[in-house]
Amino acid sequence: MSQLDLARLQFAMTSIYHFLFVPVTIGLGFLTALLQTAWHRTGLADHLRLTRFFGTLLLINVAVGVVTGLVQEFQFGMDWSAYSRTVGDVFGAPLAMEGLAAFFLESTFLGLWVFGWDRLPKRVHLATIWAVALGGALSAAFIMAANSWMQHPVGYTVNATTGRPQLNDVWKLFTSPVFLRGYLHVLLASVVTGAVVMLAVSAWQLRKGRSPLVFHASARLSLLVLVPTLLVAMLVGSELGVTEGKYQPMKIAGAEAQWTTCQPCSFSLFQVGGGNDDRTPTKIIEIPHLLSLLATNHWNGKVLGLDQVQSQYQAQFGQGNYVPNIFIQYWAMRVMAYLAVVVLLVGLWGLWLLLRKRLSSARAFQWAATWLVILPFLMNTAGWLLTESGRQPWIVQGIQLTRNGVSPSITTTTVAISILVFLLLYAALAVVEIVLMARYARRDPEPAPTPEAPLPSLTY
Amino acid sequence: MALATFWFILTAVLWTGFFVLEGFDLGVGLLHTVVARDEPGRRAAINTIGPLWDGNEVWLIVAVAAMFAAFPGWYATSFSAYYLVTVLVLIGLIVRGVSFEFRGKLASSRWRHLWDTTLTAGSLLVPFFLGVFLGGMLHGIPIGQDQEFSGTFADLFSGYAVFTGLTLVLLCLLHGATFLALRTTGALRGRARLLARRIAPVTALAVLAFLPWTHSTAGKGVLPSIMQLIAVLLVLAAAWLVTTGHEGWAFAATTVTIATTVLSVFVDLYPRLLVSSTNPAYDITVGNAASGNYALKVMSVVAIVLVPVVLAYQGWTYHVFRRRVSAEQFADETAGAPE
Repeated sequence: MSQLDLARLQFAMTSIYHFLFVPVTIGLGFLTALLQTAWHRTGLADHLRLTRFFGTLLLINVAVGVVTGLVQEFQFGMDWSAYSRTVGDVFGAPLAMEGLAAFFLESTFLGLWVFGWDRLPKRVHLATIWAVALGGALSAAFIMAANSWMQHPVGYTVNATTGRPQLNDVWKLFTSPVFLRGYLHVLLASVVTGAVVMLAVSAWQLRKGRSPLVFHASARLSLLVLVPTLLVAMLVGSELGVTEGKYQPMKIAGAEAQWTTCQPCSFSLFQVGGGNDDRTPTKIIEIPHLLSLLATNHWNGKVLGLDQVQSQYQAQFGQGNYVPNIFIQYWAMRVMAYLAVVVLLVGLWGLWLLLRKRLSSARAFQWAATWLVILPFLMNTAGWLLTESGRQPWIVQGIQLTRNGVSPSITTTTVAISILVFLLLYAALAVVEIVLMARYARRDPEPAPTPEAPLPSLTY
Repeated sequence: MALATFWFILTAVLWTGFFVLEGFDLGVGLLHTVVARDEPGRRAAINTIGPLWDGNEVWLIVAVAAMFAAFPGWYATSFSAYYLVTVLVLIGLIVRGVSFEFRGKLASSRWRHLWDTTLTAGSLLVPFFLGVFLGGMLHGIPIGQDQEFSGTFADLFSGYAVFTGLTLVLLCLLHGATFLALRTTGALRGRARLLARRIAPVTALAVLAFLPWTHSTAGKGVLPSIMQLIAVLLVLAAAWLVTTGHEGWAFAATTVTIATTVLSVFVDLYPRLLVSSTNPAYDITVGNAASGNYALKVMSVVAIVLVPVVLAYQGWTYHVFRRRVSAEQFADETAGAPE
């Protein structure tokens, strides 16, 4: 493999890994804040026990999320120095703002929340967990603004002397339709992830029946959050598809492996074969008009085929292959969408049981909801593959090709060493994380506190 | 003042803030098994920085983000040149960060011993290799006309760069020992004081050697600047103050020492950002690496509004957790693990 391949592999690997933890942090942070708010309002000991129970799970997860985020920050300079040098003027600004506006907030208030149980007035302590949740959401906003700029560059001019993009309107970064929809989609997907984690843990606990009343409350909360959030996330996601299709037609055509322009266009449920070298896969169960609807919001909308966009790009940017990896595009889209439907169905099942007051005794549902925990992670990963792989061969759509963004001064060996290091380190962290999460998720919640005794910090 | 210079100063301040704040928690990480031999003592030592370290570390994250945003050329060249050094720093930051969280989660002494070791190792890797990085900026590394690194891994380890790393490790040790003396009680406090007293002379010698070396590396002779004189005087004062039990003043003295030492590197660096040992014409400078005026202006507004806010709530955090931590608090607890 070349240095470019390795640098891409490293970025993909570390980003996917990092993004297993980010959605749990954001989602579970928000849900923990809701639980603590419930405790604050009701004063019920069970709400406090749930807050501290899920707070501990949140912390185990945050630890890995934070440290893997560090790798992302340095990697642009290490592997992608040509990219950083070219677009730092625009791309760096949201990153610096993230640090100042969000990361300080999240980290500082997390410390206050964990250690502040017996030091801060109740109301102030409640505010600290909301500050943590807000910090996480803000952090995602800045990162998504930077990422959306790579998908759809706006708010810049090209400097005549250096030939590099320069920021000239920062608001455009935060009002770009790709950003607005992409950010909302990521935020909602994160809440869905957090809710599924909470649901899975609660369902497991209900099945064991050790603290049924406590975990019935968290199962109820997670279901009430999960279903509507997922529905909105699906709607926003499809809007995002239309928006991205407008600016990155390759991405959407690739998601259907659509080589020729069509109108109206049908959507295939499965295909056998297919890929960049196989233009005639066997499509199975084609639903007429659905692709038109998904890609353009119109019943009879026209979707440009890969071949048309390719020749259009060749005319615009010169010779080259501008088609992304079709196999990834086609399947990433389906994995994300199909699994979302599964999660939705299980969520609706849970709501129905909740209405009939049978949640605590529904063994089959409890079993299904426990295993459901795997799906959001697959969905999130597939979603990012769809977005990022669909941007290729561009590192910034229309501005810089990925192969031109890589660091000129580093060797294949250097990247190989660091891939190996991170692979080993991340594998070890994954094992510890899974062991600890599973152990703490299966634990009994702390006993109800005695009225006037101070609450200790969470375990440290 | 040109905005680029403002951002150079801000970046220098962020790096300095990182060493001042994370400096003591790195020191505590390095010393927590030395200052206490038993579990309650170690828990107490770690708990002095428990609520603070994460917020402190963000100073580094923001410092690097500021380099990226305000001086993309500096960020790009430095981190691709210091690729493997950065990997080492990242390993340190990663194992350290998870050590705090994982350590107390299982009630097994082998488990705790593992995370004690990673906490210590991480706390050593971070200041040493960041020191090598900072020292190298000033000493110079091979940079070609295209602003790209043209040397090898060994070129990053000049004598001065390595000594910068050592000096920073020593400063973190002294800063951490002083902090422990300030924030603990009883036997723990006594041991921390003793440690600080032993570390102080070595650190003072290192600072005494480091500053003239910095000056001469920058081509400014060996006579120290006022800032460097302050650093030397206060490192000596810290050693005396901690011995006489004035821990608060001693900590103030190590704070100023670490700040002035780190800042003096940046002062000697200006207006350069990364010196080219190949040819001074290839130096990366505030002038040739800065972002456009608009980007700098936008970020300046954000920084001017937010930095005071951040300082306010971080300051408040220090106030909330000002109470001393004692080993007795943890005496009758297991590690807080399930079952």
